[in-house]
Amino acid sequence: MRGIVAKALTAVAITALSAGMAKAADVEVLHWWTSGGEAAALNVLKEDLKSKGIGWVDMPVAGGGGEAAMTALRARVTAGNPPTAVQMLGFDIQDWAQQGALGNLDAVATAEGWDKVVPAALQRFSKYDGHWIAAPVNVHSTNWIWISKDALDKAGGKAPQNWDDLVVVLDKMKANGITPLAHGGQPWQEATIFDGVVLSEGNDFYKKAFIDLDPEALGGKQMADAFDRLMKLRTYVDDNFSGRDWNLASAMVINGQAGMQIMGDWAKGEFLKAGKKPGVDFVCIRFPGTQGSVTFNSDQFAMFNVQGDDKQKAQAQMASSIESPKFQSAFNVVKGSVPARTDVPDTDFDDCGKKGIKDLAEANTNGTLFGSMAHGHAAPAAVKNAVYDVVTGAFNGKYKDGTEAAQALASAVAAAK
Amino acid sequence: MRPATDADFRTRLQDWLPKLVLAPSFAATLLFVYGFIVFTAVLSFTGSKMLPLYTFVGLENYRKLWALEHWHTALVNIAIFASCYIVICTAVGLMLAIFLDQKIRGEGMLRPIYLYPMALSFIVTGTAWKWFLDPGIGLEKTMRLWGWESFSFTWIKDSNMAIYTIVIAAVWQTSGFVMAMFLAGLRGIDNEILKAAQIDGATSFQLYRRIVIPLLRPAFLSAFVILSHLAIKSYDLVIALTGGGPGRATELPATFMYSYTFTRNQMGIGAASAVMMLMAIAAIMIPYLYSELKEKA
Repeated sequence: MRGIVAKALTAVAITALSAGMAKAADVEVLHWWTSGGEAAALNVLKEDLKSKGIGWVDMPVAGGGGEAAMTALRARVTAGNPPTAVQMLGFDIQDWAQQGALGNLDAVATAEGWDKVVPAALQRFSKYDGHWIAAPVNVHSTNWIWISKDALDKAGGKAPQNWDDLVVVLDKMKANGITPLAHGGQPWQEATIFDGVVLSEGNDFYKKAFIDLDPEALGGKQMADAFDRLMKLRTYVDDNFSGRDWNLASAMVINGQAGMQIMGDWAKGEFLKAGKKPGVDFVCIRFPGTQGSVTFNSDQFAMFNVQGDDKQKAQAQMASSIESPKFQSAFNVVKGSVPARTDVPDTDFDDCGKKGIKDLAEANTNGTLFGSMAHGHAAPAAVKNAVYDVVTGAFNGKYKDGTEAAQALASAVAAAK
Repeated sequence: MRPATDADFRTRLQDWLPKLVLAPSFAATLLFVYGFIVFTAVLSFTGSKMLPLYTFVGLENYRKLWALEHWHTALVNIAIFASCYIVICTAVGLMLAIFLDQKIRGEGMLRPIYLYPMALSFIVTGTAWKWFLDPGIGLEKTMRLWGWESFSFTWIKDSNMAIYTIVIAAVWQTSGFVMAMFLAGLRGIDNEILKAAQIDGATSFQLYRRIVIPLLRPAFLSAFVILSHLAIKSYDLVIALTGGGPGRATELPATFMYSYTFTRNQMGIGAASAVMMLMAIAAIMIPYLYSELKEKA
């Protein structure tokens, strides 16, 4: 009864009361992993904490990108009663740290040597002012293409290695009478494609334009070329694309209606769920011309500034459990992402997962691991959404050519900075 | 002595009771409506990003807001949406009311049929119309299945036309309500006047054109005020029907305000846009209230 009451109260975010209801050594976790696979993955963590005598107060706030969860969080923090840990993405973590709302994980991090095993590009988000504030859970990457093996075989059978190859394959698929590119017309999906397109223009260019937000790169010739490529991709999409959810686009590839989908590695879960095998039924490759580089986004648990020794101890133990190689492997096998530390064995992963782990390690060593613009790991929310505006506009025919779109991008980013 | 105090107490209680009963709701309205209007106005002058901050930046947010192309899109959209919505709704509502007022049989059954869409939430209306207008599953598909192969209706997927699909859905939802307002107005017209006009030889058309419609002026005004504020605050319909898409083609000021305040971490600009919306509503409401109060005085 007590648990039910606590849950009901937290669910409606009656904030002041819920802390009293949770037992002292519980962790209260706000997240939006509510779909079947995600909830199963999270259960691994719950069980592990239970074995250490730490209770779990669940505070799920459903809704894809976590917008609803962030709104609930604002209310909790403003009321002075933050949850123990909150699932969070990229710059949001830094923004909360800037508000002084996050705790300190330095003790656990030093004891377990996180500095050495977590890629530096991730540490940029999990550390603030030199202190660990969040425990990274996974690394998703966005520059993937998922191709139906059957459709690929009919279109020559060779996975495209560069942009020109890709156009050839898409043209052949079109001639074969299927929709070459499965796509859902939502701004974030278009931006996800654009991550890959910009990265295919070169690592330095991606960094200059999207990480450094250099106005010349944003409005320049190379960006114009990237927009031209995006508009070219638009011609391979069916007429009914706008508003479609990403998993329905994946289903089009699974059912053989479409040839390929450009989407982050969470799409793999849809293929696996439909009983498709990597390498046999579908092929996973990096966006042509981006092999060796990775654009990532990473789910992390940001640890809030909770009061009381026992609560802080529970929080530290939760962080330690999250970073344990056992959890990292178990969770990410289910979730479709790859571990957030580079020393986790890849034995349990499928072929695409193994490739993902290898690519991540390689990109980390070569300095070609970049935050994804589409998923808020390249620039703060304001800039990200300004990019969305222009990219989705370009995809929907608002600009007459790439040059005009690039100029619009430069001015939109300048206004949002 | 005692009865006198008793009576005194009773009159005083009667005096105070209404005020006492109204006080909580008055206080709540004062805080949650007017208090938060002031709070939003204050925020619009601050550099608030993710959480409210109190570093004042003057008119910076308003300058940024008016420089945003996105905001201009939202304004053009609300202009198209509001004008089409108000004009079509009023016309359809008036027409339905006049037809229903012809003393037809079964009026009691027809009236609620037209009125019922108003009982649905905009989310339901939006979702239903989204499916109906979707070329892949809705009207277009059905027409083609029935053999009309060349039929095409893809407005909802077309950046230039998508805003009109919102007008269609909104008109469907509210015109019945406008009809009810006009019908009440029609019933309030003195029959004597109409009879006099008929004796003078006025045709039906003249009757409506010269007498009935001018007499409906108060109903027109109420319809206008209600429809215009519905138009400005429409948010859920857009979210359900198009999600602001294709691209950003159907973004309205209300969706703009939400996304800047809560998802883009630009609370200051969001607050500024909310204040602009309030100004727009005030520009409509204040003259209306003024004229209403003047008439009564």
